[in-house]
Amino acid sequence: MSGQGLVSKPATSFVSGADKLIRRRLFLSRVFAWTCRLATYSLLAVLVVLLFAIIYTSIGRLAPNFVTSTNSTNPAKAGMLAGLWGSFWLILFTAIFSVPIGVGSAVYLEEIAKDNFLVRVIKVNLANLAGVPAIVYGILGYTVFRTSAAAVSVFFDGKHLISVLGLFKVRLAKLPIYEDNVLVGALTLTLVILPTVIAASQEALRSVPSSIRVASLALGATRWQTIWRQVIPAALPGISTGVILSTSRAIGEAAPLIMLGALTYSSMCPGGVDSPVKLLTKPTQVLHAPLDQFTAMPIEIFDWSRQPNARFSEVAASGIVVLLVVLLSINSVAMVVRHYASRRLRW
Amino acid sequence: MSPAKSPSWATQRVFRRHEKLIQGALFLCAALSVLTTAAIILVLLGNAVYAPGAKKAFFEQVSVWEFLTGTHWKPVDGPAGRFGMIPLLSGTIMVAVIACLVSLPAGLGAAIYMSEYAAPREREILKPILEVLAGIPSVVYGFFALKFITPYILKPALGLFGIDLGTFNVLSAGIVVGIMVTPLIASLSEDVIRSVPRSLREAAYALGSTRFDVSARVVVPAALSGILAAFLLAFSRAIGETMAVVIAGGQQPIATLNPLRGAQTMTSFMVHASTGDSAADSISRMSIYAIGIALFVITLTINLISGWILRRYREVYQ
Amino acid sequence: MPSLAAGNVPPSVAGVDRNLDVSTHPPSIEAKRLNFFYAEHQVLFDVSLMVPERSVTALIGPSGCGKSTFLRTLNRMNDLIEGSRCLGEILVEGQNIMDAAVDVVLLRKHIGMVFQKSTPFPKSIFDNVAYGPRVAGEKNRSVLADLVESCLRKAALWEEVKDRLTTSAMSLSGGQQQRLCIARTLATNPKIILMDEPASALDPASTDRIENLIGELCANYTIVIVTHNMQQASRVSHQTAFFYKGKLVESGPTMKIFTHPSEKQTEDYITGRFG
Repeated sequence: MSGQGLVSKPATSFVSGADKLIRRRLFLSRVFAWTCRLATYSLLAVLVVLLFAIIYTSIGRLAPNFVTSTNSTNPAKAGMLAGLWGSFWLILFTAIFSVPIGVGSAVYLEEIAKDNFLVRVIKVNLANLAGVPAIVYGILGYTVFRTSAAAVSVFFDGKHLISVLGLFKVRLAKLPIYEDNVLVGALTLTLVILPTVIAASQEALRSVPSSIRVASLALGATRWQTIWRQVIPAALPGISTGVILSTSRAIGEAAPLIMLGALTYSSMCPGGVDSPVKLLTKPTQVLHAPLDQFTAMPIEIFDWSRQPNARFSEVAASGIVVLLVVLLSINSVAMVVRHYASRRLRW
Repeated sequence: MSPAKSPSWATQRVFRRHEKLIQGALFLCAALSVLTTAAIILVLLGNAVYAPGAKKAFFEQVSVWEFLTGTHWKPVDGPAGRFGMIPLLSGTIMVAVIACLVSLPAGLGAAIYMSEYAAPREREILKPILEVLAGIPSVVYGFFALKFITPYILKPALGLFGIDLGTFNVLSAGIVVGIMVTPLIASLSEDVIRSVPRSLREAAYALGSTRFDVSARVVVPAALSGILAAFLLAFSRAIGETMAVVIAGGQQPIATLNPLRGAQTMTSFMVHASTGDSAADSISRMSIYAIGIALFVITLTINLISGWILRRYREVYQ
Repeated sequence: MPSLAAGNVPPSVAGVDRNLDVSTHPPSIEAKRLNFFYAEHQVLFDVSLMVPERSVTALIGPSGCGKSTFLRTLNRMNDLIEGSRCLGEILVEGQNIMDAAVDVVLLRKHIGMVFQKSTPFPKSIFDNVAYGPRVAGEKNRSVLADLVESCLRKAALWEEVKDRLTTSAMSLSGGQQQRLCIARTLATNPKIILMDEPASALDPASTDRIENLIGELCANYTIVIVTHNMQQASRVSHQTAFFYKGKLVESGPTMKIFTHPSEKQTEDYITGRFG
C-alpha cells in the first residue's frame, strides 16, 4: 500500500474557501461559465447590431414608394416592386412543386418503404443532397431546365407547324417563353429545398404515435386509408410548420438564380402583373407570368450592394428590411401553426 | 428505423389496386432525389470531362494537372486563358478557415452553455435566436460585411496597428460566413453534448469535479467526435457559401493567403462567370463546370466523413 | 418477537463482523431527522441513521422506498436535481454538510460514490483512475502512476489490466468496469464510499469479487451500500437499515436484523413476503 495515510488523517473541513486550490478551481469554473455565456450572448449582440445597422442605413430611402416602384438607376427612385413580384411567383411555384413531392417522398419513406437496399440508397442520397451547395443546383438548373425552356420556346415562335396524325398541320401559337423564366427558377429552387422539406415532413410523420396506425388498421382500414385519413391529418401541423420554414429559405436564395441568368437589373414584374388587383383582372398576364423573365428580392439586394454609388447602400438596406419583414411574417405564420397545433394535439 | 412503424405492415397485403398506383407515385417522388444526384453528376461530367457531340469539354482542352496545380486563374477564351484553380482554392480555404476560427469557439461555447448551464426557460429564448441567425439570407450577411464590418469595425481596429484593409477583403467575408455557420455548429454540438449520458456527469461530480471539470474534462472529450463532425459540416457549408463572399470578398483571383485583400473563391467565381456574357460552349463558360466538380467533390467528401464520424459516435451512446 | 433461524443467513465475506455493536463505534455519518422532497412530493420522512466509521452499512428496502435518495443526500448529489429540497441535518465527521457554507467539491472528494451502472469515462484505464487527482491539481506523472497502481491494486484489478493501462476503459468487461470505477473513487482519497447497487448489473462471479472487495475495503473506509439483494446485504454489511415508503423502519447490527428483527415489516421483507 502506498503511504497515503488514509485512515488517521485529521478531519477535513468542508467549508468553502477552506482550500486554496479548490478556490482557484471554482474561480476557473466561474470564468469558464462566463466565457460560454459570453459566447452565447455575443450571438444575440451580433443579431441586434446587424438589425440596427441595416435599419439605420435604410432610413435614407425606406418609404412607402420603395415597395410600389420598380428598380431605377437613380437611387432616390429605385424600388423593389419587381423583386417582390418575382419572389412571389418563384415561391408560389416552388411551393407547388416541392410540397407534393416533398411530402410524398416523406410518406413513402416513413410509412410505406420496407428497409431494403433501394430505400437505404434513397435515404443516404437525401442526406448528402442536403449538403450540396445551392450554387451547384444553379449549374444543374442552368444546364437542364434553362436549356429545356430554350428548346421548348423554339416551337412557340408563331411560325412552327406540327402535324397531327399526318392528316393536317396546326400552327402553334406565338408564346413569349423566356429561357430564364419563373418556372425554371422555381424548379431550381425546388431542388435546393427539397431535401429540407422531406426531412421536415419525415420528422412530423415520425412524431405520430404508432398506436394511431395500429388502431386504424385494426378497424379494417387499408394501409392507404390509414395514411390518408389518420396519419397525415395527425402530422399535418408539423408538416405545415416544417414546409413553411423550409420553403421560406428559398426566398433568400440568390446564388442558384444568378447562375440561371436571372435578371440582376429589371424594372419589369413577371407578366406585367404589378398589383394584386391584376391577379384577378388580367388572366392572360397572370398566365404569362410563369413563363416570363424575373428578378428576385435577394438578387436586387445583391445588385444594389455592389453599386459604387454610396446612396445605393440605403437602397440595399431598405431592400433587406423588406426581405426580412417578408421572412419574418412567413415564419410567424409557421410559429402560429405550431403553437395552435401543439395546444390542440397532445399525445 | 423509425419507431412509429408498425411491423405488421411489412406483410400486410390488404389494399386496393389504386393504392398500388399511389404507392408507385410516392415511390417516384422519393426516387426523384436519386435522379437529382445523377443529373448533377451527369451535367458536371458531361461538360467538364467528356462532352458528346461537337462541343469540347473543359478537361478535353485543359489538363487535369494544370487545373489542379496551376497558380493562375484567367478564365478568358483564346490563348491568354489560364485555368489553374489554386487561386480560387486558396480564397475558398481562407474564407472557410476564418469562418471556422469565428464559429468554432462561438458555436461550441454556445452549445456548452445551452446544454450545461442555461435554465430551460433561457434555452427556450436562446434557441430561436440561433434559428433567426441561421435564417438570415446570405446576401444580408454580405451587405453587413461590406457596409458595416469592414468600414466601421475592421478598418478602425486594424488602423490602430497601421494595417491597411481593402474595401473588399477575405477577412470580413470569412467573419460573416463564420456567423452564418455558428448556429449549425451550436445546434449540432448541443445535440451531441446532450447525448452524453447523465451518468457520466454524475460520476464526474461524485469524484469532486467543478462544473468546469465536468464540461471540459468529461463531457466535451466524450462528445469530441460528434463535435468534430459538426465542425466538418460547418467547414463544408462555409466552402459552399456564396453570396456573402461574392459581395464582401472581392473578385480578384490571386493565389494569396493574405486575408486583408480581396480574393475570389470557387463560388464567387461561378457567380461572376455566370453574370458575364460569354458563349454557352466557350471554355470560359465551361470552366464553371470544372470548378463545380471541384466544389461538389470537396463538399461531398467532407460531408461523408462528417456523417461517418457522427454515425460512429451515435453507436457509442445508443 | 419473530425469530428466524440463524442458519438461513449466508456466511459473511472475510473482514465483516455482523454483530458489531454500533453504539460503541465512533460515528462517521449521522443523519438527523432528514426530510427530502422532489418538488412537492416528499420521498424521505424524518430519517435518522448513524453510520459507524470503517464499517459497511447496507440500505435495503423495496423499490422506491427512498434508500437511493437517502444515499445521494450523503454527498449532496441530489443538488443536481432541479426543484429538490432537503431538510434536516447530516453530520459527516461532526460537520453539518447541509450547511450553505459547505463546498460540495470538497465534500464529494471526501465521500466517493460508485453507481449501479458502471460509468467509465471514454478515456484510457489510466486516465480514468487518474481523473480525480488530476482535477484536484496533481500533474506529476510518477506520483499519478504510483497512485493509479495502488488504487487498481486495492480494487483487485491491477493484475488484469497492468499491461494495458493505455487502452480504452470501454474495452473492459462489466465487472472490470465496476472495479475500475471503485479504483477511480479510491484515487480521490475519500474516507467514505457510497455504493448504489454496485453489483446489480453484474454476473455472479463478478458480484462475488465486488463483495470480497467490500470486505477488504471496510478496514480502511466507511462504506454505505444500497442493495436490492438481501443475501448480499447480509453477506457484506455490519449494519443494516431497512427503508419502507420513505421511512427508516429499523436499523441495527446485520445479524440482528436478519435473525431477530424488531418490526413486523422488516421480517416480512427479509423473509420475502413482499418487495
